[in-house]
Amino acid sequence: MQASDRFNINSQLEHLQAKYVGTGHADLNRFEWAVNIQRDSYASYIGHYPLLSLFAIAENESIGRERYNFMQKMLLPCGLPPEREED
Amino acid sequence: MYLYSLSLQRATGIVCATYGNFIGGKTQEIVVARGKVLDILRPDDNGKLQTLLSVEVFGAIRSLVQFRLTGSQKDYIVVGSDSGRIVILEYNREKNTLEKVHQETFGKSGCRRIVPGQYLAVDPKGRAVMIGACEKQKLVYVLNRDNAARLTISSPLEAHKSHTIVYSITGVDCGFDNPIFAAIELDYSEADQDSTGQAAAEAQKHLTFYELDLGLNHVVRKWTEPIDNGANLLVTVPGGGDGPSGVLVCAENFVIYKNQNRPDVRAVIPRRTDLPAERGVLIVSAATHKQKNMFFFLLQTEYGDIFKVTLDYDSNDQVTELKIRYFDTIPVTSAMCVLKSGFLFAASEFGNHALYQFQGIGHESDVESSSSTLMETEEGFQPVFFQPRKLKNLVQIDEIESLMPIMDMKVANLFEEETPQLFALCGKGPQSSLRILRPGLAVTEMAVSQLPGVPSAVWTVKRSVNDEFDAYIVVSFVNATLVLSIGETVEEVSDSGFLDTTPSLAVSLLGEDSLMQVHPNGIRHIRADGRINEWKTPGKKTIVRVGCNRMQVVIALSGGELIYFEMDMTGQLMEIEKREMSGDVACLDIAPVPEGRQRSRFLAVGSYDSTIRILSLDPDDCMQILSMQAVSSPPESLLLLEVQASTGGEDGADHPASVFLSAGLQNGVLLRTEVDMVTGSLSDTRTRFLGLRAPKLFSALVRGRRAMLCLSSRPWLGYIHQGHFLLTPLSYETLEYAASFSSDQCAEGVVAVAGDALRVFTIERLGETFNQTVMPLRYTPRKFILHPKNKTLVILESDMGSLTTEERDANKKEAIEAAGGAENGKMYVDDQENGEGEENDDPLPDAQYGYPKSVSTKWVSCIRVLDPKSAETTCLLELQDNEAALSVCTVTFHDKELGTVLAVGTSKDLKFWPRKESTGGFIHIYRFLNEGKTLELVHKTPVDGVPTALCPFQGRLLVGVGQVLRIYDLGKRKLLRKCENKNFPNTIIAIHTYGDRIYVGDLQESFHYVKYRRDENQLYTFADDSCPRWLTASLHIDFDTMAGADKFGNVYFMRLPQDVSEEIEDDPTGGKIKWEQGRLNGAPNKVEEIIQFHVGEVVTSLQKASLIPGGGECVLYGTVMGSVGALLPFASREDVDFFSHLEMHLRQENPPLCGRDHMAFRSAYFPVKDVIDGDLCEQYPTLSADLQRKIADELDRTPGEILKKLEDIRNRII
Repeated sequence: MQASDRFNINSQLEHLQAKYVGTGHADLNRFEWAVNIQRDSYASYIGHYPLLSLFAIAENESIGRERYNFMQKMLLPCGLPPEREED
Repeated sequence: MYLYSLSLQRATGIVCATYGNFIGGKTQEIVVARGKVLDILRPDDNGKLQTLLSVEVFGAIRSLVQFRLTGSQKDYIVVGSDSGRIVILEYNREKNTLEKVHQETFGKSGCRRIVPGQYLAVDPKGRAVMIGACEKQKLVYVLNRDNAARLTISSPLEAHKSHTIVYSITGVDCGFDNPIFAAIELDYSEADQDSTGQAAAEAQKHLTFYELDLGLNHVVRKWTEPIDNGANLLVTVPGGGDGPSGVLVCAENFVIYKNQNRPDVRAVIPRRTDLPAERGVLIVSAATHKQKNMFFFLLQTEYGDIFKVTLDYDSNDQVTELKIRYFDTIPVTSAMCVLKSGFLFAASEFGNHALYQFQGIGHESDVESSSSTLMETEEGFQPVFFQPRKLKNLVQIDEIESLMPIMDMKVANLFEEETPQLFALCGKGPQSSLRILRPGLAVTEMAVSQLPGVPSAVWTVKRSVNDEFDAYIVVSFVNATLVLSIGETVEEVSDSGFLDTTPSLAVSLLGEDSLMQVHPNGIRHIRADGRINEWKTPGKKTIVRVGCNRMQVVIALSGGELIYFEMDMTGQLMEIEKREMSGDVACLDIAPVPEGRQRSRFLAVGSYDSTIRILSLDPDDCMQILSMQAVSSPPESLLLLEVQASTGGEDGADHPASVFLSAGLQNGVLLRTEVDMVTGSLSDTRTRFLGLRAPKLFSALVRGRRAMLCLSSRPWLGYIHQGHFLLTPLSYETLEYAASFSSDQCAEGVVAVAGDALRVFTIERLGETFNQTVMPLRYTPRKFILHPKNKTLVILESDMGSLTTEERDANKKEAIEAAGGAENGKMYVDDQENGEGEENDDPLPDAQYGYPKSVSTKWVSCIRVLDPKSAETTCLLELQDNEAALSVCTVTFHDKELGTVLAVGTSKDLKFWPRKESTGGFIHIYRFLNEGKTLELVHKTPVDGVPTALCPFQGRLLVGVGQVLRIYDLGKRKLLRKCENKNFPNTIIAIHTYGDRIYVGDLQESFHYVKYRRDENQLYTFADDSCPRWLTASLHIDFDTMAGADKFGNVYFMRLPQDVSEEIEDDPTGGKIKWEQGRLNGAPNKVEEIIQFHVGEVVTSLQKASLIPGGGECVLYGTVMGSVGALLPFASREDVDFFSHLEMHLRQENPPLCGRDHMAFRSAYFPVKDVIDGDLCEQYPTLSADLQRKIADELDRTPGEILKKLEDIRNRII
């Protein structure tokens, strides 16, 4: 590996992808994209307390329960992943 | 248009809280984060919570912890926020400020998934702090102190683990070994790849210990072990000699003790008997109490029940048993703090916060679950049941009112008072209430007594300078004086030495211990030994006005002659100087003698020729006029007040004291003019209209300082609060005359006369903008309308997943009977003993215990008609068959047979998950009976969706049903469809109309401007917004302008361009609108955004109102966090320039406390546009004097002018 490789676009992208969760790439499929968006949304709901309390009022739950539910949903936010095509 | 944004009531909900010794003494203080506001609270000696400091931080605070360096006496506060920075704060008692000790940047700003800030944990010995994100990132900072004993912070050490969700982190107490942090983690990497779902099903939460090796300066994953998959919260267990160390893992239904190399100890959390079997029990907040040789935990469930958790452990620190005992039930909290002084501070999620005192620490008779009795059966662990009961261990001693959440708010003057009232629907479930907010301070009436005539004046007087309390209340009538002595009771006395056959003009303490009474014919000086000196007026002249303090007396005789007396060394009152004024004197005042001086230097004299003069009382230039001010109307009353805004201490910033001359003019205006301490010249006048009567000014004591009481058509109080001078109305009736009052029972009160009654009252909750009248409601209020003609309110309430009232009552009865049975016999006896004579007392009030849960598809709902004057519900209709009322309006149909009727939109079987759906809805039409006090159903029209918005329109009813906008007309049996437009993007949630124009607010896509063409009977959308906004509140401003608020905490105004608006209105055939096509399914025209501002809290209601008589209108908003704010349009371009420059300088010189950039915060979602942040501008007085001067110089003004500007603009709003 040459020294210049460190600065080419691919390695920069890889660096970004490693550092920032959710950075896209050319082969990103619909499911992966959606999962990312959903996780980002849930994290945002958890972080913004007024938004979290709005959900809690709508569902008539406590804020603590609502936060826990959102955390739980971060595991499989869009259901099961599609089957991989063998190639 | 430019707007000035100002918070009138800061957020009242609490996000998180922590407690410690921030002042550094023995006392404990509580730090609470209210979203973007950081408050320091402290219970005072009477157990009332006082706010020491409240700072707006312009960022979202998400977590707080406190730590103490070993051997230190004082705690620091660590703040996790959305700033991408960790901030350590220290409280400075002298200046009463929070100071930023450290601010370290680690990531991007905003509440993001992998940027730390959500969780904070400290090592119990204060050696390190961990800050974590929801996913992946965790950073550890090492805390230490340098040679000068200052706190130092290291560069961050990473403890990241990718593809891992973090539920909770905490510090493990391991004495002085290397610091360890524990985290609940869940790895999702395999679940994301496995399409069979097996990996997801097997996904396992782990408890991981991270060790910070202080020697190597490195963090390692020390230990990780699978834990219960319901785990959500970690609580530190004391260690290092105080306990067994380790952590409590709170999981759904269980509490598990875990530590490295120790076996798990698990116990089940007791369940309420009425809880549906499919529901778990989750711990939502926790508090630890630790003292010598003993510690316990209080854990609160999502239903509000508090459990006391104790651990039994042996000499090897091996935990043998974990016990969970039912403790008490209080409303669900977001944080609990157990103070050393025996108080429990409970920060409620919704509704009022409370301070409780411990009465006990658990009863033997209560239900207990233990690890040793844990039973495992085939279906899992055997549950333990309990029944909530009355408070036994806690007793509530104080309450902080919280408006959170404001669901809807309207402003109207239903009570025909001087200013309108704010009607706010607050709270959730059983804590719901309607709160009537009035601008002003609340007053507590201590006593009212009738007098034998109509009094004209009242004074209080001490017997000696050193007395703590007042000795006499002196009341003057037209021809007599009444003296009341204050003791155990207040009674009339005749041995006081006061002359009672004449009216009085002034009564005061003179010198050390002598009293003075001024009456029209002379001055009566009563010495302590009973000798009486009388000074008589010369000739037929009478005394008309008096000004006095402890050493000096000035009287004005009829005709305009002033005579000045001073007390000499022997305690004699000596005439010093005379002066003839040009005409009769209207009023005069002398300031109190300054500390360490012989006399006060200034005399203020007001004349009927509308002038105010300052005269010198110095021996050198005695009775010389120093300065003069011409005013708009003759002055009625004067008061010289030293405003210490302030010389440090608990209540303000560094400012030199300045003397203000306040003058109440006959036209109802109050003038406040600064008096130069040396030359006596008057400058910098501030005016404010107080009411229809000329304000009379009196001095009063507020928190040990002199304050000003102004009596106009309503009473006002001028006082200093946290560095600001505030002039606030009191919510009390019109008063004639007042004096400060201090006695055993009431340290700082006011005695006043009004009509023929003597009133004693105290002023509480200083610093608050509004005072509240609370009326409880049954379910979460959703919307309401004011019926202006009947002066009633129609409120819609609905709750998801609740039981109906009948079911609840039946259950409760059963539960109480069961509790009276054999099982809890002891408790029953207790209740009987206590409960005698109060049999109607509800044993389990819902507001305390919450409503029992039901399946989430079940709805309960009611329509309530409430008369706000009598606080009486005149009609309450419970909806049946799983209907929930969601929208309401009044409408007068074309055929006026029914008059004005009430339309209510309801949903049937509404559910949100897995997707929002319902089996339709109804529109109910009700007729008002008995002058609008009761309702009668006319008919009920089924609709194919949920009618989420209703609005009257040209004698018909506009209804938004999902994506459809429809016009209905009244039929005999039901409503009749007339016209519809199905092309709205998502769900219509708001409809406003003006003429032929309809403004439709969509749930996700902002406003649509619609035109109704009568001749074609069609609805056309001709303009919409270019941004997808999740609308939460809307307000019609003018023909082309709408104001809206979105779910992310933004407020915006949008306007249809003038040319487009004219084109639409001028188009005679309407053909253009009809055939014009927009691009990408949008409307042909787009509205322009003219105002944009990020409030930082979800705004739930917008209203246009003027809160001061004769003031301009502003837009008021209420938020889910329980704050109320105002947006005031600027009147002139100069003001805009001034305030935008001030804002700019403050952004540079006074960056927000928690590290978020101010401009970035206000532009969090969209760039801020044409709004100046008044909350930032109002931080100007809290800056140091140097900084104030620097900013003032840059603006070419003096600091005084800037303060005046700030005060002026606030006075234009409230």
